[in-house]
Amino acid sequence: MFAGVRQFNHWVDVQMAPPDKILGLSELYVKDPNPKKVNLGVGAYRDEEGKPWILPSVKEAERKLVVEGLEKDKEYVPILGSGPYNSAVQKFIFGHDEFGKKLIAEKRIVSAQTISGTGSLRVIAELLNKFYSVKKCYMSAPTWPNHLNVFRDAGVEPAAYPYYDLDTNSLDIENLLATLNKAEKGALILLHSSCHNPTGLDATSEQWDQILEVITKRELFPIVDMAYQGFATGDPIKDLGIVIHKMTKMHYENPEKLPSFALCQSFAKNMGLYGERTGSVFLVHESPEFISKITSQLKALVRPMYSSPPCHGSKIVEVILNDEKLYKSWLGDVAKITNRLNEVRSGLYDNLDHSLRNWDHLKRQKGMFSYTGLSKDEMLKLRSDFSIYGTDDGRFSLAGISNRNVKYVAEAVNAVVKK
Amino acid sequence: MSSSFANITTLPPDPLFGLSARFKADDRSSKVDLGIGAYRDNSGKPWILPAVKLAEKKLQSDNTYNHEYLPISGHQPFTSAAAKVILGSDSAVIRDDAVVSIQSLSGTGALHVAASFLNKFYTAGENEAARKTIYISNPTWANHVQIFESVGMKTAQYPYWDADTKSLDLKGFLAAIEAAPRGSIFLLHACAHNPTGLDPTQAQWKQIIKAINDRGHLPIFDSAYQGFASGSLEADSWAVRYAIAEQSKTQQPIFICQSFAKNVGMYGERAGVIHVISPDFKNKNAFQAVSTNLQKIIRSELSNPPAYGAKVVATVLNSPELYKQWEQDLVTMSSRISLMRASLKLALDKLEGQTGGNSNWEHIVSQQGMFSFTGLSALQVSRMEKEHAVYLVSSGRISMAGLNEDNVEYVAKAIHEVVGHTYSETRAVI
Repeated sequence: MFAGVRQFNHWVDVQMAPPDKILGLSELYVKDPNPKKVNLGVGAYRDEEGKPWILPSVKEAERKLVVEGLEKDKEYVPILGSGPYNSAVQKFIFGHDEFGKKLIAEKRIVSAQTISGTGSLRVIAELLNKFYSVKKCYMSAPTWPNHLNVFRDAGVEPAAYPYYDLDTNSLDIENLLATLNKAEKGALILLHSSCHNPTGLDATSEQWDQILEVITKRELFPIVDMAYQGFATGDPIKDLGIVIHKMTKMHYENPEKLPSFALCQSFAKNMGLYGERTGSVFLVHESPEFISKITSQLKALVRPMYSSPPCHGSKIVEVILNDEKLYKSWLGDVAKITNRLNEVRSGLYDNLDHSLRNWDHLKRQKGMFSYTGLSKDEMLKLRSDFSIYGTDDGRFSLAGISNRNVKYVAEAVNAVVKK
Repeated sequence: MSSSFANITTLPPDPLFGLSARFKADDRSSKVDLGIGAYRDNSGKPWILPAVKLAEKKLQSDNTYNHEYLPISGHQPFTSAAAKVILGSDSAVIRDDAVVSIQSLSGTGALHVAASFLNKFYTAGENEAARKTIYISNPTWANHVQIFESVGMKTAQYPYWDADTKSLDLKGFLAAIEAAPRGSIFLLHACAHNPTGLDPTQAQWKQIIKAINDRGHLPIFDSAYQGFASGSLEADSWAVRYAIAEQSKTQQPIFICQSFAKNVGMYGERAGVIHVISPDFKNKNAFQAVSTNLQKIIRSELSNPPAYGAKVVATVLNSPELYKQWEQDLVTMSSRISLMRASLKLALDKLEGQTGGNSNWEHIVSQQGMFSFTGLSALQVSRMEKEHAVYLVSSGRISMAGLNEDNVEYVAKAIHEVVGHTYSETRAVI
């Protein structure tokens, strides 16, 4: 085309980035012409008809904003989100127990709006990389694959703690505790508050106490990823009791044991706000002075990345949390989602052939996902022979199953495990 | 364990944020906010564009509307329409699939992704300095420096605003282009330069682009005011389209960081796009290499971009009636701004006439866009705030959007007074 043209690759040392494991699967599903195809890939909720579900409470909040004119402008929100949004969410997360209430009153919580859960994880990772002495974060084996990318790209080295025992389909608590007992002192540790992604397997209350004990002993800094608040018990507030309340209590009563921890929270799933990217990061600490220092540093991190967070999802959240009727309605929507997911679990369990394999773990798991225990080959066979798409690790996103296809899926699984 | 957190200081607040906070706290009824970077109507209120209101209504009644995740690359109806806006609907590079377009968190997000990508992959500079340095105008938007330095790049300045003549220091600009090592990266403002409002003429742009191409530099266009500056989308993208037309004279790609914050009033919705244009993208591998790596950067920072703003803008851009409405809205905003420029100059000239002064305020009407570099010194700016309750940035930048029929005379009086005042202090204290 012009003289001396060289390949683009002459100046840019760029190789194709590998396709994203989870999102790439969706592309395959879309291309498949089989009318019976089932998408057990992406972690987005689907209703009984397999369609995206706009929560009625969310629809109503949006109607108030856009149609009724509650939204007066589209001005920039502050770098770390608006004051009203941050205090509403802070109250929602921490304001339900005596210790959380005290922490709020004593201004011992950094609260900032972020780009959903991923953005929350990234800014806390960047902050810790900049100011924290140990740039290493222990993560469950397995964990959401993007966790490794987020921390690594922020300069924090991922390490693993045993979590899921593939042989017994249960929590490998012994090795988990053993690894943490030998962990580098002061290292970071990433915990899933509930509805573990990808396994669905959560620690029991007693196991959490054991885990927290080791964390305090090794002076590890906990980062809690809470992306499925509400789907464990059906009640977002009850779900906080699993580990968040344990931690706020421990921190308040014994700050020398647990001086600080971070929480990365998202409304993507429990309000169905997925693409609106609405979440928060929290950091709890003994000193209000430290809190304001961290807040100013967070601003400096965010400003050159994206200046300020998107306002549409956060306005919806604000409306719901501040309206008693809508809030109640939302709690009902979350319960509805949880009930359907639990029904899917039961339906799948009931239609699987238990003579071929032990499926009891399905009933122990919680949330959107299930680690079936199916091998990579079995998952590939489900794809090729039945057009059922789940990730190579055997994870099913249960929202892709309903009364319409649960028998089909169960029979397909029965077929691939039969050897 | 607190000792595990080392050396954390409280950073001073963002200067623009501080200005806004002081304005809010001021209870003088005469106060005027000329610091805001967002459009205001003649009553001083934020303005949701009529085209946007129509688009939002349309979305609410669209039964395919939902909140699902967008692909990492963003909402395709948005990014492809956005490319047409900046490049022209008949653009050859679009026809030739030579444009990678990825949705971003408005302009800042686009610049950040560009910075991260270049920092990671750019190797065509003549030396290490060329590869890791971005040349930015003196002055430029304050956040530009942070955006590039925070990813590990260095910034250098090219002369731009000549304070003595209040015009473009073209000589200095061209000299800097020539002096920079081959293959350096240059950040250009597509139109309505922030903070000065001063844009090169077409003849000057031709010289600038030629010099950039002769040195094999890589241009990044920051396009945050297209349509907002002159009222015409075409006129405001002339420099970008000229650079594209001249791309055969260089082997470098062109980066465009496009924001819809101001021209569609999407401010808080964070709607933007990063475009990378290269004739080499005819090679699909090269196209995918750039596209997938931009997405990889995005995936570990935010997973995927916010949906709502992109859908609103896509609705506006892809509907002929709404697009027409938008063009009208652009004229509404840009002509109100032009009117304020003219009114301010008129009022200032009148006062000059009355007091026999000889200040030249021509630059206020020759500049375009949201901002104007008045030429006021930091001392004068601080007096504006203290004595007159008129708030502007210490660089002398005023936001024309803060002016309206009710306050323009007052502001002119204030400017006239601070220019004529004899100062005993030597330093501004704010």
